[in-house]
Amino acid sequence: MGLEEYKGVYVFAQQVDNVLDGVAFELLGKGKDLAKDLNTDVTAVLIGSGVKGLADQLAEYGADKVIVVDDPELKDYRTEPYAHALASVINEYKPEIMLVGATAIGRDLGPTVSARVATGLTADCTKLEIGDFPITAVAGQEQKHNQLLMTRPAFGGNTIATIACPDNRPQMATVRPGVMQKIAPVKGAKAEIIEFNPGFTPNNRYVEILNVVKAVKNTANIMDAKILVSGGRGVGSKENFKLLEDLAEVLGGTVSCSRAVVENGWLPVDLQVGQTGKTVRPQIYFAIGISGAIQHVAGMEDSDLIVAINKDEGAPIFDVADYGLVGDLNKIVPALTKALKEEMAEK
Amino acid sequence: MKIVVCVKQVPDTKGGVKFNPDGTLNRAAMLTIMNPDDKAGLEAALRLKDQYGAEVTVLTMGLPKADEVLREAMAMGADKGILVTDRVLGGADTWATSTTIAGAIRNLDYDLIITGRQAIDGDTAQVGPQIAEHLGLPVISYAQNIKVEGDSVIVERQYEDRYHEVKAKMPCLITALSELNEPRYMTPGGIFDAYDKEVTVWGRPDLKDVDDANLGLKGSPTKIAKASDKVPKGAGEMLEGDSAEALVANLVGKFKEKHII
Amino acid sequence: MDFSLDKKHEMARTLFKEFAENEVKPLAQEVDETEVFPQGTVDKMAKYGFMGIPVPKEYGGQGCDPLTYAMCVEELSKVCATTGVIVSAHTSLCIDPILTYGTEEQKQKYVVPLAKGEKLGAFGLTEPGAGTDAQGCQTKAVLDGDEWVLNGSKCFITNGKVADVYIVIAITSITEDKRGRKKKNFSAFIVEKGAPGFSFGTKEKKMGIRGSSTYELIFEDCRIPKENLLGPEGKGFPIAMHTLDGGRIGIASQALGIAEGALERAIEYTKERKQFGRAIAQQQNTQFKLADMAARIEAAQLLVYKAAMAKATQKVYSVEAAKAKLFAAETAMAVTTEVVQLFGGYGYIREYDVERMMRDAKITEIYEGTSEVQRMVISGALLK
Repeated sequence: MGLEEYKGVYVFAQQVDNVLDGVAFELLGKGKDLAKDLNTDVTAVLIGSGVKGLADQLAEYGADKVIVVDDPELKDYRTEPYAHALASVINEYKPEIMLVGATAIGRDLGPTVSARVATGLTADCTKLEIGDFPITAVAGQEQKHNQLLMTRPAFGGNTIATIACPDNRPQMATVRPGVMQKIAPVKGAKAEIIEFNPGFTPNNRYVEILNVVKAVKNTANIMDAKILVSGGRGVGSKENFKLLEDLAEVLGGTVSCSRAVVENGWLPVDLQVGQTGKTVRPQIYFAIGISGAIQHVAGMEDSDLIVAINKDEGAPIFDVADYGLVGDLNKIVPALTKALKEEMAEK
Repeated sequence: MKIVVCVKQVPDTKGGVKFNPDGTLNRAAMLTIMNPDDKAGLEAALRLKDQYGAEVTVLTMGLPKADEVLREAMAMGADKGILVTDRVLGGADTWATSTTIAGAIRNLDYDLIITGRQAIDGDTAQVGPQIAEHLGLPVISYAQNIKVEGDSVIVERQYEDRYHEVKAKMPCLITALSELNEPRYMTPGGIFDAYDKEVTVWGRPDLKDVDDANLGLKGSPTKIAKASDKVPKGAGEMLEGDSAEALVANLVGKFKEKHII
Repeated sequence: MDFSLDKKHEMARTLFKEFAENEVKPLAQEVDETEVFPQGTVDKMAKYGFMGIPVPKEYGGQGCDPLTYAMCVEELSKVCATTGVIVSAHTSLCIDPILTYGTEEQKQKYVVPLAKGEKLGAFGLTEPGAGTDAQGCQTKAVLDGDEWVLNGSKCFITNGKVADVYIVIAITSITEDKRGRKKKNFSAFIVEKGAPGFSFGTKEKKMGIRGSSTYELIFEDCRIPKENLLGPEGKGFPIAMHTLDGGRIGIASQALGIAEGALERAIEYTKERKQFGRAIAQQQNTQFKLADMAARIEAAQLLVYKAAMAKATQKVYSVEAAKAKLFAAETAMAVTTEVVQLFGGYGYIREYDVERMMRDAKITEIYEGTSEVQRMVISGALLK
């Protein structure tokens, strides 16, 4: 079968408990861009039990078509019936591109489906675009156009690679949540609804869900935290750390501190970053009211991104910061919390 | 019970990351460790062995140097090691890798296969579920707890805001999270024994029911279009703004540029 | 001649390093500060076989060689010299003599639980009046029916009170030679904690290795079974000396580890510490000092590893052990002193570990034969 038979940009519209996940809208937003470049349309694949009613919402966020696979077997996520559903949709409708959110569901469903339909899958993409492969023409090798170029970080963010899938279809990617932009919903927009059921016959690969336990894990270990909001002597008091906790909460981060804070008894020692505390390397490190003594810097300088907020523009922390903000932390931190909260709400 | 644990030797990302001119990784030039999620999977297997009695076979695919990671696993308590290595397997993506490993596992007797959720070099989380797919096994990924009950496993499968307690009949495949446990250390005597034992080495001819077209760089559907070291950290930038709000707006803009939010 | 380690030993080093970093280093400061014996660490080491590394498997050990054991003490001592000496005294001074001189029954009864780390071992030779001059010992043992009766005391005993099994050297007879000179004949005994008449004096407060449990052993009509005589009666002195030869390899490894640990800290610190606008590591004074320390440490390491290999392959290795201990101990003292200097004021405060390393280093020049004793052993062999 020729690759040209595969058409359209498809998006897995993840829902849990019949509530669509934000990543579904983000994928639709991106899918629309890609579809425009390819002169095609965007289809959402909605899989679940009693989920048909969610189709309109997908239309509002940009789906031209919604394929609904609705079956009681699909109530809670399980790899097998979901993989069967999505793989059957792919085999039936032959999309050119299939996007899945890189969630705890998508990172299980994506690889299973890609192996089943025998195509490549690029994980955790942060950028998707249409272009040529090879990117620059190579003598003796056909340069293919209109390929999906999938860019992703690897090696714990140390490197970035761009991947193509030139000879297999669909071109599949899982996409990191929170990266792509969703469009402003168009109220009342409608999509073509296609109901599809490939039939579900339980076999050895259907696992049994004994229990669903909803819980939020709190990670107090600052060495595992992806985002650290760290305060120093400049925070001023134990009570004032509330400002940092609020910021951390918005970002799903954890509060940490410098040695001075521990010595003042404001926070316990297991939250201390630095030469005599812990060495951390989060994706983002906020150094708030921390002067940046070498003993502290030694414990955090390998962080991917460092944001420093300090009233003293000569503070050494600014030497290691990627972004420096000079000013009163009592004003900047609440303003930042507020701004980020608004950003998150828009998503 | 027979358990196969798939492990990967990965570059310690604390060291630098190096590439070959063709865009594939130059693994030989980097310091290596046993992938942390895999180590948790191995520990889970060893605990099942301690608890119920089991034969634990560790399997890895890689360069001949990956022998080390098998010795390490045996020094922790694994019974056997299998190294799948062959020039024709080089440059494999997750599809070709999972095809290869499934081809090796077809030679083995097993009740349970455990892999790590993902490796710290690629972070893809694909190979475990794909092996299960090639072998037609039930898969439970993101395991944060594993129990055996009769001919079934009961696993806590982690999601962002919940976990499912899931039961599957063996044989099946589980992908392990680092949170699953605190892996044990090797023992000095275990290290000496591990180096006195033989590791089984398999090449392309030993893979069962696999097509050459699905192996190595050539058999990989995904191709690297561009790979580069991340741009090294430049000097920091002092953000402008004459009020707290203006400074913050500037920072939020930077975050958006970098896809942080 | 090949100076590179084989894969087994490389992997063993990785293990010891990981264990030391994760389990030992976080407690080092507290152990020093509180002077509390790190029982939790000892339990973990027991679990992973660190308490019986060079002991054959049939006696509950790991079946590794003296080099592996030396590397273990080295890596532990890099982060905590207290932990290093616990393993060293237990292995070299208690297990080793029983393994070398004990009967099969003694090995089964004592070596097996010691090597598994179920029991901890210690060794008692030194007395208040007999340090370097070991012949000056006063503790006596007299056979009374089926029991030996010990009287006297031993001081500065590492692992004292926490250990379960003690090797004790005591006089069992005094003979006169042809010229009428009196000669003490010593024998070695295995004494268990809890033996009637065996008690402990006060705990010593020390300059360094402060978590190590150092006690006086007191024997007041202490009765032990006849079969707890270790080796032939009257051979206690050569047994003690031979045991100390092995012990010196352990202490040399400890000293080596302390020096390496201090150098590692110095490299990290001097790269970060800025004075006059640049890292002090960029100043030639620092660079030359680091170079000298590194060269000296590697020389010490070669001597230590050579002595460990000699123990594996030779019957007598006194000179190798003496050279290793002399040089490694003096290296530890010199390096830690220099590193404290490089750290300046920070080197002198307790938060920065290096002052602890300097205090810990000092004992390596003193115990299990002072540096002067090592020089006597080495020169004695040269001039014989």
